[in-house]
Amino acid sequence: MSLALKFLSVYFFVTELSVPVNFIDEGITMDSKKSDRREFLKRGAALAGGVALGTTKTANAQLEGPESFQRGTDEIVGYGKRSRFVDSVRIPHGGRASPDAFGLDFHIATPLQDSVGVITPSSLHYMGTTRGSFIPDIDPEKHRLMIHGMVDNPLVFTMDDLKRMPSVTRLHFIECAGNRSNRRHTTIQETHGMTSCAEWTGVLLSTLLKEAGVQAGADWIVAEGVEEVKGASSIPMTKAMDDCLICYGMNGEPVRPQQGFPLRLMAPGFEGIFNVKWLRRIKVVDQYYMTYNDFGHLTQDPATAALGYQIGPKSVITHPSGGQQLPGAGFYEVSGLAWSGGGSVARVEVTTDGGRTWFDADIRGPAHKMAHTRFTFEWNWDGSPCELQSRCIDEIGQVQPSRAQAAEFWNQPPDQAPRVRGQDNSIQPWRVDGDGSIHNAIA
Amino acid sequence: MRLLKLLPLILLFGAAADAQSPTYGVGRTPTDAEILAWDIAISPTGEELPVGSGTADEGSELYLEKGCAGCHGTTGAGGLAPRLVKRDVGVLEDPWQYGRILPIRSPYATSVWDFINRGMPLGAEGTLTPDEVYSITAYLFFLNDVIDDDLMVLDEKTLPAIQMPNRDNWAQVPDWFPGQPRLQGYPY
Repeated sequence: MSLALKFLSVYFFVTELSVPVNFIDEGITMDSKKSDRREFLKRGAALAGGVALGTTKTANAQLEGPESFQRGTDEIVGYGKRSRFVDSVRIPHGGRASPDAFGLDFHIATPLQDSVGVITPSSLHYMGTTRGSFIPDIDPEKHRLMIHGMVDNPLVFTMDDLKRMPSVTRLHFIECAGNRSNRRHTTIQETHGMTSCAEWTGVLLSTLLKEAGVQAGADWIVAEGVEEVKGASSIPMTKAMDDCLICYGMNGEPVRPQQGFPLRLMAPGFEGIFNVKWLRRIKVVDQYYMTYNDFGHLTQDPATAALGYQIGPKSVITHPSGGQQLPGAGFYEVSGLAWSGGGSVARVEVTTDGGRTWFDADIRGPAHKMAHTRFTFEWNWDGSPCELQSRCIDEIGQVQPSRAQAAEFWNQPPDQAPRVRGQDNSIQPWRVDGDGSIHNAIA
Repeated sequence: MRLLKLLPLILLFGAAADAQSPTYGVGRTPTDAEILAWDIAISPTGEELPVGSGTADEGSELYLEKGCAGCHGTTGAGGLAPRLVKRDVGVLEDPWQYGRILPIRSPYATSVWDFINRGMPLGAEGTLTPDEVYSITAYLFFLNDVIDDDLMVLDEKTLPAIQMPNRDNWAQVPDWFPGQPRLQGYPY
């Protein structure tokens, strides 16, 4: 007898015997009775299948099962937690304690080595502050956003007001200007951990600015937070009217306090500092204000000024990456993230021989504008030492350079260690040793 | 016929008027007092500066009194917080060589006043009076040889008029437009 026939006979057997008579007695409606019966039959069939196959149960018993079964708790019901076996955490960046002895937060880096997909969980999102900061504890009922300056109708919004306005939800990365890899770094968390990507929900700044009525000659805005240093940045009106967002939502819930609760400005693709947290004021003005945040970008060199503004095309292989270990030769999916402040990622290329040959990687899911984009590459490692790299090409044709290419463009003397001007978007090389260990290959 | 000729004009002005009136009517108009209280970003030309005055002489005492010295060092250097005084390297032709020090590098005196006012001192931000901010700003300029008279009065008129050494010696950020590369001619 074939397996299918065996199944069939068991199925009929169950059908015949298993309809509890009291279903009808309890007066259950026909629909729910049917569905209950269907569920019962399914379970019965599954059970029967196990019996019919005979060996399944024994095989299952040989696999290791859960450590234990946890009873439900109010905590699990209220706000879910990840498994106790998942221990991926952020780390202070650059060897500076965060929080420090004063309780000030400085830069905190995302564990990109453990990332999957493109969303950074809010709890693992990188964080930067302009001076080091105490996180403000803001009652959203009392929080206000004021728009004033060169506008016809200055406006004050409550959080409830803002939630009445037409909303948008978009994926956007944020990256710190200081996200610069160097040869002393060992893991991707150190080389690239100051970028993250979240789903942001809020109102387009252009909607609010149109509501206020921007006057002629107003070429800039100054966006300001309510934290103790009241961090403020000058942003061009062209950007403000293009795609800046006033966000109250992040990854499906209110923006986290470290990310600006209850309100954050998102300036997609601009360096991290422009994404003003704890936003309370937007002043519409006619000139660059040279705030303290702006002063941080001050340079003598026009090229550096331009390259330290909008983030360039960039990518990095997250797995395998520095500090990780391949168990042996064989198949691996090389996986990484690509992004650009210039728009969406058009293409990602991967090399496994240190840049001699490049292959197109697969883009996983839609490539959103100014958002992390997951790429993968199917790789059979033959067990010999090699070097993995990735490079991003964005929709406006900008190409991620190697450090050598950037140095060559600027005619840097060959005896100098190459330095990428402005924000560092250079290619990250990972060396795979014969023993499967992965190392930062920046010379 | 005449009306038809006028129609485009009527439409044009109609649209312009529309753009300036609120579409949603959500939010309220702030009072002048609310705007004044929040309007702390000081432009290079200084129009938001409040009335007040101070001197470096007064600032030198406030620098100790307000705890600035605790983090920035008694001489404006050597503390945990950023250095506030240029390195002792004489008078340089290129003021950029003095280091990334706000009261010497910033092209505008207003940036210094603005940041002390909004962000200092640590833990008691926003508690300095305008006179105190003018005084401490004057002291930092005096330490950096931006001004040479410790009795010079800085106020809402004299402060923006101070000629900083880098006044015209910095790179403007480029005009930004959507979909443009970061730097024309740079392929990366």
